[in-house]
Amino acid sequence: MKHVIYRNLTSNILRLGFILLLTFSTTVLAQEGDPAKGKTLFNTNCAACHKLDKKMTGPALRNVEARLAEDEGLDREWLNKWIRNSSALIKSGDTYANKIWNEYNQTAMNAFPQLSDQDISDILAYTAATPPPPPEDPCIANPNGPNCGGGEPVDTLSNSIILGALALLFGLLAMALVLVNRTLKRFADAKGIAVAESDKGTPIWKAFIQNQFLVLVTSIALLLASGYFVYGYFMQVGVDQGYEPVQPIHYSHRIHAGDNKIDCKYCHSSARVSKTSGIPSLNVCMNCHKSIGEVAAETQLEGQEYGVDYNAEIQKLYKAVGWDETNQKYTGETSPVKWIRIHNLPDFAYFNHSQHVSVAGIECQTCHGPVEEMEIVSQYAPLTMGWCINCHRETNVKIKDNAYYTKIHEQLSKKYGVEQLTAAQMGGLECGKCHY
Amino acid sequence: MSSNKKYWKSVEELNENSPIVETLQQNEFVEAIPTDEFLGDKETLESSSTTRRDFLKYVGFSTAAASLAACEGPVTKSIPYVVQPKEIVPGVANYYATTIADGYDFASVLVKTREGRPIKIENNDLAKTNGHANARVNASILGLYDSLRVQGPMKGGDTISWDTFNTDTKKILSEVGDKEIVFLTQTFASPSTSKLVGEFTEKYGNVRHVSYDAVSESAALDAFQAKYGKRALANYDFSKAMTIVSVGADFLGDWQGGGFDTAYANKRIPDHGKMSRHIQFESNMSLTGANADKRVPMKPSEQRLALAKLYSYVTGNGVSGNLSENLDKAVRAAASELKKAGSNGVVVTGIQDVNAQTVALELNEALSSKAFDTTTTINTKKGNDKGVMQLVADMKAGKVGALVLVGVNPMYTLPNAADFAEGLKKTKSIAFSMKQDETAINCDYIAAAPHYLESWGDVEMKTGHYALMQPTIRPLFDTKQFQDVLLTWTDNATAYNDYIKATWKESVLNGASYNQALHDGVFVTGSTTVEETTTTSDTEDVETPNGNAARALAASAKSSGMELSIYTKTGLGDGQQANNPWLQEFPDPITRTSWDNYLTISKADADAAGLVNENVANGGLNGSKVDVTVNGVTVKDVPVLIQPGQAKGSVGLALGYGRTSGLKTEMQTGVNAYPLYQNFNAVQEVSISKTSGEHEFACVQLHNTLMGRGDIIKETTLEVFNTKDKKYWNAIPEVSLNHIETPVTSPDVDLWDEFDRSVGHHFNLSIDLNACTGCGACVIACHAENNVPVVGKSEVRRSRDMHWLRIDRYYSSQDTFSDDLEKKENISGLGSSLSEFGEMENPNENPQVVFQPVMCQHCNHAPCETVCPVAATVHGRQGQNHMAYNRCVGTRYCANNCPYKVRRFNWFLYNENDEFDYFMNDDLGRMVLNPDVTVRSRGVMEKCSFCIQKTQKTILDAKRDGREVKDGEFQTACSAACGSGAMIFGDVNDKESEVAKLKEDDRMYHLLEYVGTKPNVFYHTKVRNTKEA
Repeated sequence: MKHVIYRNLTSNILRLGFILLLTFSTTVLAQEGDPAKGKTLFNTNCAACHKLDKKMTGPALRNVEARLAEDEGLDREWLNKWIRNSSALIKSGDTYANKIWNEYNQTAMNAFPQLSDQDISDILAYTAATPPPPPEDPCIANPNGPNCGGGEPVDTLSNSIILGALALLFGLLAMALVLVNRTLKRFADAKGIAVAESDKGTPIWKAFIQNQFLVLVTSIALLLASGYFVYGYFMQVGVDQGYEPVQPIHYSHRIHAGDNKIDCKYCHSSARVSKTSGIPSLNVCMNCHKSIGEVAAETQLEGQEYGVDYNAEIQKLYKAVGWDETNQKYTGETSPVKWIRIHNLPDFAYFNHSQHVSVAGIECQTCHGPVEEMEIVSQYAPLTMGWCINCHRETNVKIKDNAYYTKIHEQLSKKYGVEQLTAAQMGGLECGKCHY
Repeated sequence: MSSNKKYWKSVEELNENSPIVETLQQNEFVEAIPTDEFLGDKETLESSSTTRRDFLKYVGFSTAAASLAACEGPVTKSIPYVVQPKEIVPGVANYYATTIADGYDFASVLVKTREGRPIKIENNDLAKTNGHANARVNASILGLYDSLRVQGPMKGGDTISWDTFNTDTKKILSEVGDKEIVFLTQTFASPSTSKLVGEFTEKYGNVRHVSYDAVSESAALDAFQAKYGKRALANYDFSKAMTIVSVGADFLGDWQGGGFDTAYANKRIPDHGKMSRHIQFESNMSLTGANADKRVPMKPSEQRLALAKLYSYVTGNGVSGNLSENLDKAVRAAASELKKAGSNGVVVTGIQDVNAQTVALELNEALSSKAFDTTTTINTKKGNDKGVMQLVADMKAGKVGALVLVGVNPMYTLPNAADFAEGLKKTKSIAFSMKQDETAINCDYIAAAPHYLESWGDVEMKTGHYALMQPTIRPLFDTKQFQDVLLTWTDNATAYNDYIKATWKESVLNGASYNQALHDGVFVTGSTTVEETTTTSDTEDVETPNGNAARALAASAKSSGMELSIYTKTGLGDGQQANNPWLQEFPDPITRTSWDNYLTISKADADAAGLVNENVANGGLNGSKVDVTVNGVTVKDVPVLIQPGQAKGSVGLALGYGRTSGLKTEMQTGVNAYPLYQNFNAVQEVSISKTSGEHEFACVQLHNTLMGRGDIIKETTLEVFNTKDKKYWNAIPEVSLNHIETPVTSPDVDLWDEFDRSVGHHFNLSIDLNACTGCGACVIACHAENNVPVVGKSEVRRSRDMHWLRIDRYYSSQDTFSDDLEKKENISGLGSSLSEFGEMENPNENPQVVFQPVMCQHCNHAPCETVCPVAATVHGRQGQNHMAYNRCVGTRYCANNCPYKVRRFNWFLYNENDEFDYFMNDDLGRMVLNPDVTVRSRGVMEKCSFCIQKTQKTILDAKRDGREVKDGEFQTACSAACGSGAMIFGDVNDKESEVAKLKEDDRMYHLLEYVGTKPNVFYHTKVRNTKEA
């Protein structure tokens, strides 16, 4: 069973639970524990440090009870003691407890006195369960199913059939018309009726050229139109709205900020206090990714939509930060990630995140767009001066609970005769506020 | 006799009939150039569709296409930390307290770092001991990013590893045999280093430690030692002195370590009708003399006599010798003032003579001067001239086995550098140096030394006043400091910072927290030491002054033809920082000349010797050149600068210039005066002879007098200030409105609509001309804060200097500025105006001097704003005159319309341009740039912004904390750097703020008030204490 990121949690749990129930309904009674409950308990209490099949902060726990009994001759009693208070057991001088403790860098396991015997049985039952087959890729069974890469050819096929049929129909129609025309002509010939040739007057383009007024109007219109487009072209020079570079590590804001609802400022913490929002250093990533080495199978499947192997991307992170996953240790060999900067303000424009984020309380999305929906982040706003200014004109200063504004806002709003001052009225349009 | 030799170019020529030789003689190219291939075929040429016009079309199109393609933005990379240090938040500055102790400058400073790199030096407000950071200290940060630093240990010009270095040097040190190991070092004043050297001596035996100050205070040290038994310098607190008499002591400059200006300025601001009175006797025009209420120019020999006489007049012990009548009168007057002042008086002298220094000490004791302190002594000068001379002799005699040089450059600074060089060959030598300087390149080993911002250290500045040095950045290069190597040599595995910590815990802290001391950067021992020292001071009067020293001094005063006073300039000091472009371009406060040293001479002597200064057509200043000879040592081609106030019969020359090694060619300016500094005596008998040619100066101020324009500098005397109404001495100019004289400040005579500035912040800068000593720290601080480029000597000469803040220095044309004013008022008629205005352009022989810092005045009715065709310069509500560089198209209308001439134009691209190879031209030097301020490009105007990046930051911090801004929080770089309290910045709408109160002061005036620009910078009328008490 792979570690699950809680995406589509309910449905996953239900489905897996169902499968598990089916698979292990016979063993439930035999081990006196309920693996379904055990799974929940495992995920709440143990998953931060343990996986079933892989060493993490703590050892892998698949069949732990059986293994202990076989290899070390330790029983459930020992396990209960260990789980409820491992450090006491270590202190008591227990050989195996000390061995484990030393093996895992002398990091004692948290004590779980709150777990009842039944709870422990449940958890152990869960660890003892045979791994379920990986949730089947629906596309393997049915390549033409929905959301599968293989679905596409079907669509194209049906489309081309329809198109082909239509083309055939039009072809037939055209042929019919030609035939009718020929028949009619033959009739006319037979009857000796002369079909009147249409009178060839001045061609329309010649008439157009001869009409000087029209030429004038058209050329003015053309000039204006081209002027408009040239202006439009020049105005977008240096505006990189929609800039969506490929990053060295495919980091999905959709998963992190969207599905997992991680606060933007958890990673971009300096946005609160500094002019830069700060690209998080890799140690911030490792706060979570130390224990998330692989994404859930479903997530991995989603990645196929974007042509991304999320697990491989996490490996890139480990490589950059120098994390040895097998030994759960930092190797010290780091290679900083060279992200490509998306939002580039020119050097002569000063922008301070903390002013906007902390003081004004502006949502990140106001300028950066729905980042939580972006698989690959792109520049949402044009970042032109007009765009800045416009917002300053429309946004009211957030004066609530800010003693700095009390006096100045009272005086200024009286002066301007308004209830609420905009950033512009507060001085947010002055050149020197952003250009120095 | 002409030679008949024939030269053969090849063997072929021997063969007379060789066809090849023939062909070669005829044709330069053996084979015809195949022009026919592309020009011969007329048919193809004609049928070609590419005509000349087509070709131009293609070129035009491709240029346009290329430039449009260039509009595509470049890919910018962002590389975050792998593991971000907790204390670093990108975009937020961190401050660390540390200490500079380079042997010449000692100061406690605060270092501003951004993303882990130091970018600015600021004053450490917790450190009250040693004044404020001067211009050199402010500029010292650039030394960290000097591209010519030694990047690793070297042996004979090759880079070696530290392991090799350690093994080699240890071998050398242990194999000296019966010869000596000598440390020739700068003054460390470091308890930990002293202890370490002690431990080293214990281990190796036969070790001698010689302290060497390039600019010696040895005489003063000897005098103090003889009298008080401790090799240190007496401390002076000028804030306790109401009458200051200085005989040749430039105490606002570098005299006895400097740092006295903060206390001095304290008493220069009239408070309840009182201010200190300062009388200066000197030969060169010094910063101190320029600030004096009464300045008496006299030759150095006369100074000796004057000091002796002063002593005799004060104490009654007669001395022989005769001063000229005028001088004697002045000395007598000074003596009577001193006597009247009693314990409020103080006497200081800069004469490098044990007797002179003894006389000064005795005089202060006789006065029981409050400003005079022999217990809290200054410990930052320890140099011993005799020791150095002895060492040179011993080296020549081959008695020295190994010489370790730390922080000194004797090959440059020693007058007898040749002897030293000779001695150096007879010993193994190891130089700890940041540069491959004159000495280091001649040593066997160069130990790459770190900058002080990369080092650990401790200093005992004054007795009981300690300071800590901590690194603010990891070493940029493979460097190790002397103390670390000492630890290695003594097989001590402790790191130096732990060693300091242990030393401090043991003998300094007395139980106080080390971390707190490290945080503060300073530590002052408690009252226990003071009690201890008071007991010692009681024992002082064992020896009663008998006037022997004064008599000996008077006897030594032998006048000679021309006397040279060697001095140090505010910019370069002893020359350690000669590779610092900020300091090179820093205009000397007195001469306003940058990038040079020169012989200062009085007008009379210059005329007699046929020496001239003239302004040439391009506006530059040119001067004659002379050879200067002292005791047979000649320094050639020294440019001459005529210095008003220079005593007749004396000349001055600054040390610190003429370096040749370890610095860029651009910085190799001036002449080296150290060879003339013989026997460490700053006064020498000299002969000068004119040589041919002219020297081109880079002088930023060509007009030296005010021409009686009292509206630029307002000044008055203390007497008038105390007795008369403000209208008399600080009148607001008036204009006629309907034949009624109306003050120009009245809205009725204003062309402009007044804008309501009562809401929000309104920044003002107050500059007190009384407190400003002209030290120039603000100029350098402004450079560092605002990324002001360095433009180089030839550009400065073209008046294209970029200083946002200048300190104008004006001389009076008459004896005083008020006489100037009177003279101007009395001019009538064309004839008189022609002649007398002409006269007024010439400064007086002994002029009054005034300093006036001028930066953008941030006029509320700014003339620059109205003429800008693209609205690149506009006014903000907070009183700042904004300058949007990206909007500026460089018409320079604004600069033309500015009455204060404070706008600066970027004639060239000064960054990343090989033509301007200063700090902005290499990656290392650019590390010092302030990331919050745009680096300007070519073709735009720039000027002082009132440090809007700093005011904005202060406002934002307050907003984020949800509080109002407190008074004193708003600072500009200059006001923060100003240690004398001359510059106060703040919000005048905050009625409780200091600056608001200063604005209401009677002395307040605006520069060129009648222009009606309503500036946001205001000045305080200079008050001179001219009345003889």
